[in-house]
Formats: sequence, structure tokens, C-alpha cells
Amino acid sequence: MLSFVSAHSPLLAIVIPLISAPLCMLFGNRTVAFTISTLAVAASFALSIYLLWWVKDGTVLSYHIGGWAPPLGIEYRVDTANAFVLLIVSAMGLLTLPYARTSITDEIDENHHTLFYACYMLCFTGLMGVTITGDAFNVFVFLEISSLSTYVLVALGAKKDKRALSAAYDYLVLGTIGATFFVIGLGFIYMATGTLNMVDLSQRLPAISDSRTVRAGFALIVIGMGLKVAVYPLHRWLPGAYTYSPSAVSVFLASTATKVALYVIIRFMFSVYSARFGFEAVTFQYVILPLALVAMFGASFVAVYQINLKRMLAYSSVSQIGYMLLGLSLLNVEGVSGAFVHMFNHAMTKGALFMAVGAIVFRTGSAMLPNMAGLGKQMPWTSAAIVIGGLSLIGVPSSAGFVSKWVLMSAAFERDWWLIAFLIVGSSLIAVVYVWRVIEVLYLQQPNKDVVVKEAPLSLLVPTWILIITTLWFGLHADFAIGFATTAAENLIQGGFGGKEVIILGVESR
Amino acid sequence: MMEPTVALLTTMALPLAAFVLCLLTPNHHNIRDGGTFIISILLLGCVLNVLSHFNAGTSIEYEALAFQPGLSIAFSVEPLGMVFALVASSLWIATHVYGIGYMRGNKEQKHARFFACFAFAIFATIGIAFSANLLTLFLFYELLTISTYPLVAHKENDAAKKGARTYLGILMGTSIVFLLTAVVWSYSIAGTLDFKPGGMLPTTLNPMFTAVLLALFAFGIGKAALMPFHRWLPAAMVAPTPVSALLHAVAVVKAGVFSMLKVGVYVFGIDNLASTGASQWLMWLAAFSILAASIIAMAQDNLKRRLAYSTISQLSYITFGVALATSMGAIGGGLHIVTHAFGKITLFMCAGAIYVATHKTNISEMRGLGKTMPFTFIAFGIGSLSIIGLPPFAGSWSKWMLLVAAADTGQIIMIGVLMVSSILNVAYLIPIFARGFFSPATGTGSKAVNADMPWREKLMEAPLLVVLPPCLTAIGCIVLFFYADTIVDFLNPIALAPSLETNNG
Repeated sequence: MLSFVSAHSPLLAIVIPLISAPLCMLFGNRTVAFTISTLAVAASFALSIYLLWWVKDGTVLSYHIGGWAPPLGIEYRVDTANAFVLLIVSAMGLLTLPYARTSITDEIDENHHTLFYACYMLCFTGLMGVTITGDAFNVFVFLEISSLSTYVLVALGAKKDKRALSAAYDYLVLGTIGATFFVIGLGFIYMATGTLNMVDLSQRLPAISDSRTVRAGFALIVIGMGLKVAVYPLHRWLPGAYTYSPSAVSVFLASTATKVALYVIIRFMFSVYSARFGFEAVTFQYVILPLALVAMFGASFVAVYQINLKRMLAYSSVSQIGYMLLGLSLLNVEGVSGAFVHMFNHAMTKGALFMAVGAIVFRTGSAMLPNMAGLGKQMPWTSAAIVIGGLSLIGVPSSAGFVSKWVLMSAAFERDWWLIAFLIVGSSLIAVVYVWRVIEVLYLQQPNKDVVVKEAPLSLLVPTWILIITTLWFGLHADFAIGFATTAAENLIQGGFGGKEVIILGVESR
Repeated sequence: MMEPTVALLTTMALPLAAFVLCLLTPNHHNIRDGGTFIISILLLGCVLNVLSHFNAGTSIEYEALAFQPGLSIAFSVEPLGMVFALVASSLWIATHVYGIGYMRGNKEQKHARFFACFAFAIFATIGIAFSANLLTLFLFYELLTISTYPLVAHKENDAAKKGARTYLGILMGTSIVFLLTAVVWSYSIAGTLDFKPGGMLPTTLNPMFTAVLLALFAFGIGKAALMPFHRWLPAAMVAPTPVSALLHAVAVVKAGVFSMLKVGVYVFGIDNLASTGASQWLMWLAAFSILAASIIAMAQDNLKRRLAYSTISQLSYITFGVALATSMGAIGGGLHIVTHAFGKITLFMCAGAIYVATHKTNISEMRGLGKTMPFTFIAFGIGSLSIIGLPPFAGSWSKWMLLVAAADTGQIIMIGVLMVSSILNVAYLIPIFARGFFSPATGTGSKAVNADMPWREKLMEAPLLVVLPPCLTAIGCIVLFFYADTIVDFLNPIALAPSLETNNG
């Protein structure tokens, strides 16, 4: 049994949550659906940890689905980079579920609860699948699975606020455009190389890297995924989707969806295209880097003026994504590992913040800043969580945010780009402003005396505080994330799909 | 006697315990205040314990966490930090007592939050004092900023919010933009962040880089209130007076100049600064700060604001000592941390005592108050004279040493600056004290005083808990005058270390 699980662990991490989605609908009972999905995500989480430990030294696992050897068959390929992202996604997925169970009672009609769980599981499966697969077209398939279910999840917020429908529609339109660009890009490189397996692509592309088709393919892929990542001018769907979707959905999307899309960009850029030099590197230095800087400042400025706290956090996400893109654009090991470290740290921080805001919405029914006056006294634990999460966004030492900033700044110094290092810290100054606005409202304004607000229930507080504590823990024990991220970055920077050794899993090849 | 490392860690655990105690007892005023008082005395005992180990020659080090080679959270004891910890912990006792009296006498709100943040700030201060590398220093530096923010905003009215915003904005802004950059840059140059006698950075560093890096540090350590980043200090005066007294005359600002000293001595190395001349510009800027702040202070009518500007000026003395880049300058700076702490805390506590007793904040309203509040005003006078630098008060030694250091380097203009500054000090401090005793009482609120009333009936002092602490620290100013050489001897190793290093290497 154990050897079976071990041999099929990459596949099981995807298939278990996939199967649980229809089961949720089939049983039609929300308690059962919750149990099934929690068990499935927990299994997926355990497998992710198992895989990460297996590949942490740079080993690569190659799993041939159904025994069909690539490039004909579909391959799942696990290395340190995507095992790390798998861990982020599954951990956040697991923590969000118990939170969701309470928070959706208020936000979603009771007869839609099983639908919620089913879509959640599909979304989860999609994100995990995008991350694990080694087949370029398979990325597109899983991407659509996660996107389509996300549109539904966002739209489920309509019970509370009808604007959720238009937000979901915006996301649907832009998301589809992004996916289309992506698949056209895939078509271009398929045309040029005749293969869709990533390892195969990485071997064939260097020879024809001057071809206009290949370059256009790269551009289309980056733009398509850039829409999903919410690279600065392509971010218009994000604030609406995060603001009006149910709290639990905001938590899950904010901490995982954009990161997975970013991972895809990284994978295509470094592994498939081996973009250390040449056209792709130029793209990143002259196009993505300025955009990242614009995001870091522009989106932060916009965040300062938001009075809806969820919207503020959403804009803050856009700016934090700028940090990750900046790390990539540095095109060195420190920079790429900085991007991974920040993915991990930002997932925890933003997840915790969205959870805390969700708890306030649960109690007061609103995420508007003016309604939160004096909540520091009435909801001490939730407010304290917002303070610590906010400090981590700023990047105060001993919080996770500090670690990412440190790594990114070292990376900038390593390339002798002083100005960039300055801009990194400069942007966190704006974070000070938007975080402190909230802290002032929570603690220094007089509460409305007529309204008695109770502290959030434990089922919301416990997941929030687990994330807050991990934020502080990994702020001090930074070697955990930095270790994995550096191994991942070293492998990626080399280009291609090499690793220490490649282990082939699954049933015997036919 | 505790084990050296245990004692070191206990010095940090005790204020944390006080922090937790204050949070747990929001409504039990006596338990909280009494408990914290006991803890503050224990802390002093514990710091003395560390001192005795240190004097015995034990090297006391503890590494709490290590991320990467050269990056860790670690603590160690060296003379400068030892002195700073002693000052902070001994003055915590005085200020805590004073704080109890002030908060109760003034009927302030939210005592628990106040004392909790206070204790946490002490924790951060001790952490700064004993930090063994720049990363640890930076960590506690930021914690100090954050934990004092609620104290500055304590009154929760618009003025307090505005002041607190300036406070946080400048301190956090400078530390994030300049200091963090400087720290990361140092790490990328040196590959380590551990403080090292004689300087952590390689001496081969381009002088131009050294000057730029020094600028990042000097402006990044906003708590040292070097102009033009001094605005937070007067803004923070909206805080209740105990906060101004301990945190803005001792802990916060001294953490700033202490960090400057540490950076000068252990990051750059005095000899390195002297040979490259990288700190010349800093000396001029510090001299400018000394004079400009004194001149602004003269124009302030609000007593606490005047003291705040006086603090800015006095802090620049210490930065000046570092920038002179001589061992005498560094030691004089270290001594000035101690003497100014005692002098300035006395002045602030007196200002608070006047406020508690009469609710007066403006100097022009304080004429003749000395007759009804003699203890407060005598203490104020002693504090003033110490700040000015007259014997037999502690401040005279540190100013003397800085003067000699300036003369040693042949900076004639700088000698002039220091002397003019002392005259300015006289001009803005002595009138307060003199008018208190020699001007007729004015204004309303004070009771009619007849010359033939017995002296006890004339008294209109603040409660005992508010008056006693400034009297004690004023006595401290006199006592320190006679023990200054002990401190100088104690600090000597920081200056000797680099020359030993060069001899060996």
C-alpha cells in the first residue's frame, strides 16, 4: 500500500481532490461535502509535504501517467520549485476550508453550500494540476478547470453584494482572453517544435530560438499568464474579484491563484525557454521590470485611498506581485529565490489578513473602513491579527515580509542595482501608510456605542492565528523558505529540466 | 549569581514578563503597578549581575537563531551596551514610580496599555543594548518604534494622532529606506553583520562608498534626530510626560545615538573613519544640528517642546563625537549618553510635575512657581546645570571630553561651536529656573502666598510619587560627576581594541 502511494504520489495529489468534487455534489449534504473536501485536501497536503521532502535536494521526479512515456504521454514532473508551490497551495487550501465552513453560512445561500465545496475542490485541483504537470497543454487544461470554477466561486458572493456578479463577469472575460493568449502561444511553439512536453520543448527550442514564431509564442504566453498573475496594467479584474467574492474565496484566491500563474511564467521562462540571456531576458529587463516597479508604487498608492478594506488588500496584492516580478526580472539566483520566498511569505500574510477582514465582515457585515472604528477593543484578537499581518506587509523585522524584502534587496545589491534596492524599500513606505490608516481606525477612533460587536467565533480565529503565528515563525526561521527557494532557483537558472537525478515513477512503461 | 548567559537572557525576559503582567491585569491597578515595580528592580539587579560577570572577564554571548552564515539573532555584552543597559534599567525604576504618580494624579486613561507598552519598549531597549550584530540591532530598533507608537498616541485626540503619525512616519520611514538599505548593503559587502572591534567592513572599501554608507546609517538611524530628520521628537511631545521622560530623553533617542556609536566603532571602525575622512561631512552636519536646535529651542514657549529641541541639540553632541573619529570622541559620546540621560530625564520629570500640580505647559506662565514648588525647581536647576556642563554636575565631563577631542583633531571651528552651544544652553535653560524663583507669581490657579506663611503651607508640590523621582535623578547628576572616571575606564576598551587589532595584524 505504502509503496503504491509512494509510487503514485504525484498523481494522487491531483486525483484525490478531483474525485472529491463530484462526490460533494453527489451527496448533496454540506456536512458530508465539508468532510470529504477536508479529507481530500488534507491528503493532498500530506502528499505535497512528502514530495517536497523527496525533492528538496534537487532530485526530479517524473511520473508517466498510465505508463505512457513522454512525449506521447502526459508527464507530471516534480522538482523543488513546483513542490514548494504545491505546498503553498495545499497548505492554504487546507487552512481555508474550516474557515470557509463558518464564513459561508453568512455569505452563501444554504442550498448552494455543496456547490461551493465542489467548485472549491475543482479550483484547488486546477491549481495543483497547473503546478505539477510537465505538459504544456495540460497546463492549459488545468488552468481552465481552476478558472471556470473560480468564476462561479466569485459569483457566489452575490447574495451579499450584487456587484459580485459583474466582478465575476469581468474576471470571466479577462480570464478567457488570458487563457486564449496562452493557448495561442502554445500553438505557436507547437507549430515550431511539434511537441508539447516541456522537457522536449526545452531541448528543441534553443536551436530555433531566433525564429519569430517562437518569440511570438513566448510573448503570447507571458501576456496570457500575465493576465492571470495580474501584472500591473492587466490587473483590472483582481480588485473586483477579491472584494466581492465570499471571504473564504478571497483568502484562497489571494494566497494561491496569482502565485500559481506566476509559477507558470517562471517555468516557461527558465525551464522551457532557458531565458538567461537573449530575447526573453531582454523582455524581462525592459518590459516586466518597469511594470513591476509601476505596480509596486502605483498599486500601493491606489491602496492608500481605498475605504473598502478588502479592496485595499487587493491593490496591495497587485503591488506585492510587483515584488515577485521584480525578483524574476533580476535574472539571478537570489532574485528568483526572492520571488519564491515572497510567494510563500505573501501567501501566509495576505491569507491571514483576508481571514481577519472576513471575520470582521462576519460580525459587522461590512468591510468598509469607517464602520470599523474602535473595533480594536471589541474584537481584540482579530484586530491584533490585522496589526501583525500589516506589519508583515510593511516588512518589519521578525515578520515573514521582512525575509522576502531582505532576499530581494540582497539580489538587487548582488547585481549592483542600487536604485532598485532603494525602490524596494521606498515602496514599503507606502505600505506603512495604508496599513497605519487601518490601525488608527481600529485603535484610535471611538467605537460606535450603540452597536455591540462580539469577537469572531473560534472557527474563524483559529485559522487566522495559525497563519499569523506561521508568519512570525517563518519570519525568524527564514532558513526554511530560503533553503527550498534557493535550491529551486539554482535549478531554474541553469535552464532546462535537469536536476540531481531523475527518478521515474508510476507503472512500467508500455 | 546566575550563569552569565542565563543572566543575559533574563534581562530581556523580565521586561517581557512585565509586559504580559500588564496585559493580564487591566483592572487591578495595584497588582500591576506594584508587580512591574518589583520587576524593574529585579531587572536592575540582573543587569548588575551581568556587569559583575563582565567585569570578571567572562565573555557573554548567546545566539538565538541563525538563518545563514553571518546572519543571526545573537546577543553579546560589550562596554557600550553594558553602560546603555545600566542607564535604561536604572532609570526605568525612577520613571515607573513617576509614571504611577503621573498617570493617577493626572487621571489618564488605559493604564494597562500604557504600562504594557512601556515595559515592551524597555525590552526592546535592552535588546538593542545587547545586540551582537546589525540584524539584531535593526530588529529591536523597529520593535522599539512600534511599541512606543501607542504611547505617543496615548491621548487618542487629534493632536496625539497627528503627533504619533509624524513620529511613526519619520522613524519608520528613515529606518526602512536608509537603515535597512545600509544594513543589506553592508552585508553584501562584508558577508557578515557581526559587530567587530575595529570595524566589520573591510578597510579596503572605497572612501566614497564609505561616506555614502555612513550617510545611509546616519540618516537611517532617525532616532538620533540628526537634522533634517528631527521633526518626530517635538511631535512626540504630545505623549504623557513619563513617556517623554524615559523614552524620548533616554530610551528611544539614546537607542539612536547608541546605534550611531556602535556603527562608528564596530561597523566602520574609528581608525577607518579617521583615515578615509569619510565622516567629515557628518561632523559639520552634527555641528549645524547642535547650533540650530539650540536656537530653535530658545524660541519655544512650551516647556516640553523647548526640552525636545534641547534634546536634539544634545544628541548631536554624541553624533559629533562619533564623527570626530577619535577614541576620545567616541568615549566622550558614550559618556554623554549617560550624563545627558540623567540630566534630561530630570528636566522632563520636573516639567511633568509642574503640569500635574498646576496644569501649566508654557514657560511664560511659570513665573514665580519656584516658591510654591521648590523641590521641583531645584531639581530642574540641577538638571539644567548638568546639561549646560558646569561642574560639579555630570554633564561637565562629557562636554569636556568632546571639547578635548575636538581640540586634538585641530578643529578650531568645532571648539567654537561647542562653546557657543553651551552659552545657548544657558540662555534657554537658566531663565526657566531663575524666573521660577525670582519673578513674582503671575496668572491664575496658584494660591495666594504670603511672605509670612510657614514654608510648609506655601508648598503646592505635585504628589510625592511625582516629585521624588526627579529629585533622585538630580542627585544622580551630582553623584555621577564624581564617578565619571569609572565609566570612562569602563568604556576605554572600545577605543583600545582597534589599535590592538592593527598592532597584531
